Amino acid sequence: MAVAETQKSQVLNNVEAVRETLYEAMKTDERTVILGEDVGNRGNVFLITKDFVKEFGPQRVIDTPIAEASIIGIAVGMAMEGLRPIAEIQFADFIYPAFNQIVGEAAKTRYRSNGEYTCPLVIRTPYGGGVRGALSHSVSIEALFYHVPGLKIVAPAFPADVKGLLNAAIDDPDPVLFLEHKKTYRLIKGEVPDGHYTIPIGKADVKKAGNQLTVVSYGLYVHWALEAANALEAEGMSVEVIDLRSIRPMDKQAILESVRKTRKLLIIHEDNKFGGIGAEISAMVAEEALFDLDAPIRRHAAPDVPAMGYALPLEEEYMSSPNEMAEVMREMVKF
Amino acid sequence: MPKSDTQTRRGLERHGLTDDQLKAIFRNMLLQRQLDNRGFQLNRQGKVPFALGSEGHEALQAGAAMAFERGKDILAPYYRDLGLAIGIGLSAYEIMLSIFARADDHNGGRQFPNHYSSKKAGLMSFSSILAAHIPHAVGAAYAMKLRNERGRAVLVTCGDGTTSEGEWHESMNFAAIHKLPIVMLVENNQWAISTPLDQQMGQPNIYKRAEGYGMPGEQFDGFDPIATYEVVKRAMDRARTGGGPSLIEGVCYRFLAHSTDDNDMTYRTKDEVSEHRKMDPVPKFERVLLDAGVVTAEDIEAMRKDVLRETNEATDKAESMPYPEASDLYKHLYEGAWQPWL
Amino acid sequence: MAKTKPAKAFERFGLSDEQLVAMWRVMVLHRRLETRGFELNRQGKIPFASAGEGHEAVQAGAAMAFERGKDLLVPYYRDLGLDIGIGLSAYEVLCSLFGRAADHSGGRQFPHHYASKRLGLYSISSIIAAQTSHAVGAAYAMKVKGESGRAVLTTFGDGATSEGEWHEAINFASIHRLPVVFLCENNEWAISTPLSNQMAQPDVYKRAAGYGIPGECVDGFDPIAVYGAVKAAMDRARTGGGPTLVEAKCYRFLSHTTDDDDRTYRSRDEVAERRKDDPVPKFERFLLEHGILDEAGAEALKASVLAETNDATDRAESMPYPQPADLYSNVYAGSHEPWR
Repeated sequence: MAVAETQKSQVLNNVEAVRETLYEAMKTDERTVILGEDVGNRGNVFLITKDFVKEFGPQRVIDTPIAEASIIGIAVGMAMEGLRPIAEIQFADFIYPAFNQIVGEAAKTRYRSNGEYTCPLVIRTPYGGGVRGALSHSVSIEALFYHVPGLKIVAPAFPADVKGLLNAAIDDPDPVLFLEHKKTYRLIKGEVPDGHYTIPIGKADVKKAGNQLTVVSYGLYVHWALEAANALEAEGMSVEVIDLRSIRPMDKQAILESVRKTRKLLIIHEDNKFGGIGAEISAMVAEEALFDLDAPIRRHAAPDVPAMGYALPLEEEYMSSPNEMAEVMREMVKF
Repeated sequence: MPKSDTQTRRGLERHGLTDDQLKAIFRNMLLQRQLDNRGFQLNRQGKVPFALGSEGHEALQAGAAMAFERGKDILAPYYRDLGLAIGIGLSAYEIMLSIFARADDHNGGRQFPNHYSSKKAGLMSFSSILAAHIPHAVGAAYAMKLRNERGRAVLVTCGDGTTSEGEWHESMNFAAIHKLPIVMLVENNQWAISTPLDQQMGQPNIYKRAEGYGMPGEQFDGFDPIATYEVVKRAMDRARTGGGPSLIEGVCYRFLAHSTDDNDMTYRTKDEVSEHRKMDPVPKFERVLLDAGVVTAEDIEAMRKDVLRETNEATDKAESMPYPEASDLYKHLYEGAWQPWL
Repeated sequence: MAKTKPAKAFERFGLSDEQLVAMWRVMVLHRRLETRGFELNRQGKIPFASAGEGHEAVQAGAAMAFERGKDLLVPYYRDLGLDIGIGLSAYEVLCSLFGRAADHSGGRQFPHHYASKRLGLYSISSIIAAQTSHAVGAAYAMKVKGESGRAVLTTFGDGATSEGEWHEAINFASIHRLPVVFLCENNEWAISTPLSNQMAQPDVYKRAAGYGIPGECVDGFDPIAVYGAVKAAMDRARTGGGPTLVEAKCYRFLSHTTDDDDRTYRSRDEVAERRKDDPVPKFERFLLEHGILDEAGAEALKASVLAETNDATDRAESMPYPQPADLYSNVYAGSHEPWR
């Protein structure tokens, strides 16, 4: 979503964008509570909530025991009783003990009570690799959750989107899994409008317009895809880059509109290919727009291994790069 | 006539530990601290991206390791157990391979440092996920019981924070139901990254949960390696002889930040740390051994030199070793060859 | 006649005669509704029913300690007596059994998974112990909003205490001294698993010490004793005294559900032996002996319970099922465009 030119803004990185948004939510709505491991005294392992506990007190900024299932479960109970909890899972890799509370409880609360109870809850968690995080501090988890109706999943890449979508997630009447790519935390800076604004969950954004190839991505890889697309521009090729921003609900219209224009589709994600987000997008485009295509759909995604290793060559082998992405884009434009 | 090693000198209660064993415990403590420091140094030099220290756990881990029977028992540790790992036989070189993430590391450079695994040493593979290894340890103990392997036991460790995990509770309960040969050793260092004990549990004595599971529970001074040995040995012997599980708690302190990525001064005071430093178990045990005449000042000096030499040699040797190959990313996903989905 | 001889005084924890009779009516209605569920299942009218026979005294006693309009109840699926004890009607129960549109879950959930904001009754799933952390979250909300005089009552069976989430919930509640009472309805059986395979020592309340909170054990066949223990715990919670773990020892007389056959795992002798203590006739005798109720009153009460159950059955059965289109409602707030 374009930022109004007249509006005041400041340059923030993604950590600052999350921090500012959480701060605003805590300041303006006293029903908001933040709970998670090390969110209080330490102010989160990435210092996102640094000093919040001093301002808002330990009752609203809760250092929980190391117990992920109950972090989410307690947040569900709080949400049902009228608070607006923002739960944090310290690293996305630690979310698995809470699987039932997210999939079986939070996502079903409204449905199972036929609308009598709701679960307005935000679950924030840093995910993704390229930071020497090894097997347990680098995974992508979106594909494990995007199968679940009742849950919303957001994965913004730019600071302005982070703020707008986090505000939307906090205002949302349903549970939202809010994914923050940890490599973008301090790497990515951008203009962020002042004041409160939201970006609708479920709307993608064309980050670069083009007419020879549609690239759909999200998270860190949007930035790398843009780098690659810009490099190709110098070679006279025109690539459109769509940042999904929301994974569920997904912006079908934006994808189809772009594909019908460029007639080629490349999906790029850091999560592994098998059963990943790209599988659903490919199937949808094949169902809806097969005869608009001039080339087979391609997915550029991580190898089919459990996670990236700690040693540098293992991480590099797992992660893609702007150069690799550019190479795939070139092949597709020339196809 | 040579003087008996086990004879008590100047009132040192040694619970059957020989002079050689006492010296071995102390050497372990020295090596542990040296290796921990080396990890932090290498991180500051930009040579490794991450290191983790267990300063304050030396006595607990060296004492507990002495109660472990090599070639028989199984150790299921967590990531702050360097002293236990070397205490049951891992070499300084193996530690440095892990810190440098080299191809010859036990897990081929895949895991974070201090996540060892060695079938030979009886050391179970584990992840960084807190409490996830505890049911594995219980499963191993069940296997021992099912196969009627008397004389063996599993030693499983964790920090105080981990006792809040549901899996910790599920594991204790199951071990108690089946009277399994397992010892749950909690290394209570009072801090879970930035969360102090009183935000982790409603009452601070973890061993008191034992009664609720129907197993013995005991607490000991984790700054005292001999007291640690005594309690761990008794619990391991009980487990080895069909007496079932125990929940034992060693009270110690985490002197350093959680890891090189953490700054503990954001959540606790220097004064608190220095107050605990006064009880630093490494110099304290040195004094105990000197007072008891188990070692001389010269012995200590020689030991320190030897530990430094071993650490330096291990560092140089490990650093010169190759990284894993990029293609190693695809190995060991399943048995035999497999075709990744491309 | 009981009235002719003076009754011995008994510890009644301040319960009036009317309250004692009301508790017994909950017990009788509880049993009647569950029997009806099993009957309807055998008649092929409903696919499934579950029962809490043996839990009547625990639930009627605990419900009496619940303050309507203030407290919250976060129950589990074997809590029909608690649900009606805090105000759920027989008709609402039958709508749930029949899976009708008018049911609180719109016919989505298994029977006895109620949700009623009006009554302060939380929505639950069938997942064991998953509700305990919700109860703790609700209690935290009460505390952070500064609402003294309210408390959360959450219940579970003995099997649920083995779940990790149970431990996480009770640990968190004890750290923050939250206004919540954990009531374990220990009926000795988790489907087919007896207590001895569920835990090494049989007293759940003994775990309280490990969390630094009070633990109480009470005879779950005695509704007055249960009331006394739960009332004391709820009052402590309501006045800033923090959580309590109460264990009520009872027994599950029937199979786990209509889909279970308990003869495959426990003897008839065991069940018959425990039936001798059946809390429903036992409490009836107690009320008669103490002159709180006479024979005629007891018969009239039973007749009114039967009439209420019959009426609720007929009425609920005549109600419509949900529409196929209802499958798509309440996935998210507002209208939702399903991905096709």
